[in-house]
Amino acid sequence: MSWVNAIIQGVLVGGLYALFACGLSLMFGVMKVVNLAHGDLAVVAGYVAIGVITVTHIPVLWSFLIVVPVMAVLGYVLQRTILQGALDRSVLATLMVTFGLSVVIENGLLQFFTANTRGIGTGLALVTGSFSIGQIQIGYLPVAIFVIAVVVLLGLQYFLSATRYGRLIRAVADDKEAAQLAGADYRHVFGIAAAVAFGTVALGGIAYGMYAQLAPTTGTDTILLFAFAAVVIGGLGSLWGTLLGGVVLGVAQQIGAQISISDETLAGFIVFLAVLALRPQGLISRGAQS
Amino acid sequence: MSGPPNGERPERGTPLVEVHDLVVHHGQLRALDGISFRVFPGEVYAIIGANGAGKSTLLRTIAGLHSPTSGSVLFDGTDVTGLRPERRARQGIAMVPEGRRLFGSLSVEENLQVGAAFAREGPWTIERVYETFDWMRARRNQSAAQLSGGEQQTVAIGRALLANPRVLLLDELSLGLAPVVVQRIYGMLPQILAAGLTVLLVEQDVSQALRVASHIHCLLEGRTTLEGTPASVSADQVEAAYFGLAGAAPSSAAPEGSEP
Repeated sequence: MSWVNAIIQGVLVGGLYALFACGLSLMFGVMKVVNLAHGDLAVVAGYVAIGVITVTHIPVLWSFLIVVPVMAVLGYVLQRTILQGALDRSVLATLMVTFGLSVVIENGLLQFFTANTRGIGTGLALVTGSFSIGQIQIGYLPVAIFVIAVVVLLGLQYFLSATRYGRLIRAVADDKEAAQLAGADYRHVFGIAAAVAFGTVALGGIAYGMYAQLAPTTGTDTILLFAFAAVVIGGLGSLWGTLLGGVVLGVAQQIGAQISISDETLAGFIVFLAVLALRPQGLISRGAQS
Repeated sequence: MSGPPNGERPERGTPLVEVHDLVVHHGQLRALDGISFRVFPGEVYAIIGANGAGKSTLLRTIAGLHSPTSGSVLFDGTDVTGLRPERRARQGIAMVPEGRRLFGSLSVEENLQVGAAFAREGPWTIERVYETFDWMRARRNQSAAQLSGGEQQTVAIGRALLANPRVLLLDELSLGLAPVVVQRIYGMLPQILAAGLTVLLVEQDVSQALRVASHIHCLLEGRTTLEGTPASVSADQVEAAYFGLAGAAPSSAAPEGSEP
């Protein structure tokens, strides 16, 4: 029964990893930006949520109504300024710039908020409560996060396939110049894509703050790594691949933890390495496009 | 189509496109060396020349994809040299780029929708594109990458027309297509251009260009070697201007200042 339990918990936490991964995948798929500050931005979103809740006394669960737009605007502005500036030079420059951004954010958070860990909504029944099926205890929160992840992916899929800006994002990702010839300002379209990606980052950060604890270093030592692993396992550029990748990663970690609690993280990265070695295009490959 | 079958050119009104003393570099290479010409409304203006003559560079510079080293591009009397390509597109310069450049992960219809996304007011709608190219409707949900070369070229033309441009730039329509397909695509042009659209096209296939053009302009290694109406130039002159054969006398129709 403990193995079944491990698999169920792994699948559910995969939803959280998908929330981390889909924004990373979108930014790479559209702009070819590997955003090394992705995890730190999720942490920033979590801290913003804590601040917003403290100051406005808005119910914890509604904090996303403020945090998501704030992060989306930040995404647009960052893309139009320093990220575009780096892109105009070279793809490598974007790596350097996002790495720098990551360092600055992390140290800024340490400076202003100390290294203490913080949780979001720690007293809520949703966060602490659980229900049981037979002998298996399932927390409300992992289920809620998984559902949110699925809703976010469905929303992203609808946005990309059925809306004007979604179509422009895919067109620009295919061929910037041809899109310009059709009148599309690709810089603006990139900004929109970054805004959407940062919106998902915000949800990921809030979810993680409720699921675990946030500290200034959580972004690089946990969120970014898991996001990368989920993207690579699922297949770069594939939307639903991020969910599959997250689920595979989550299940591997939980099974590893069953064997020995200290093997949890290791097991996840062994699967990550195995996929890289045996199926580098990921479990769901998106055709010949790389 | 407009344009006189032979004889004089109707140089009336403001030129729709005017290129003035254009110099463009690719790195160290001087791809265009002082090109000037004017395209009047309703004309089908063909730039011909061999590979590497600078034709595509010229078209891309007019569309805004290349920045000239010196010289200027005017659109309807306004200097657009500093404008980004998307701004020029929205003002009415549409281009069918070399190699079609469809959005491969988008369906046929989505490609057309992108073409219409920043369209000006005008006669072209997606419905009209489907009426003009009747095979397209049935295959509108297919991925553009699955189409044959000729079909892709037609979708690329449809995508450009949907912007309702004032001038349509066509870059090497014949490239990589079977001759019979090229025939068919050029055969469609008169029908497409019925609305008085101005066309500036670049073509390696001289016979196609001579058939559809109201004015031709031959480039050789970035310089103008011949200019005139198809009726006013002889086959020998075109051949000499195209290949740069020694002893080729500049045509009587060649413009002033085309050679230093």
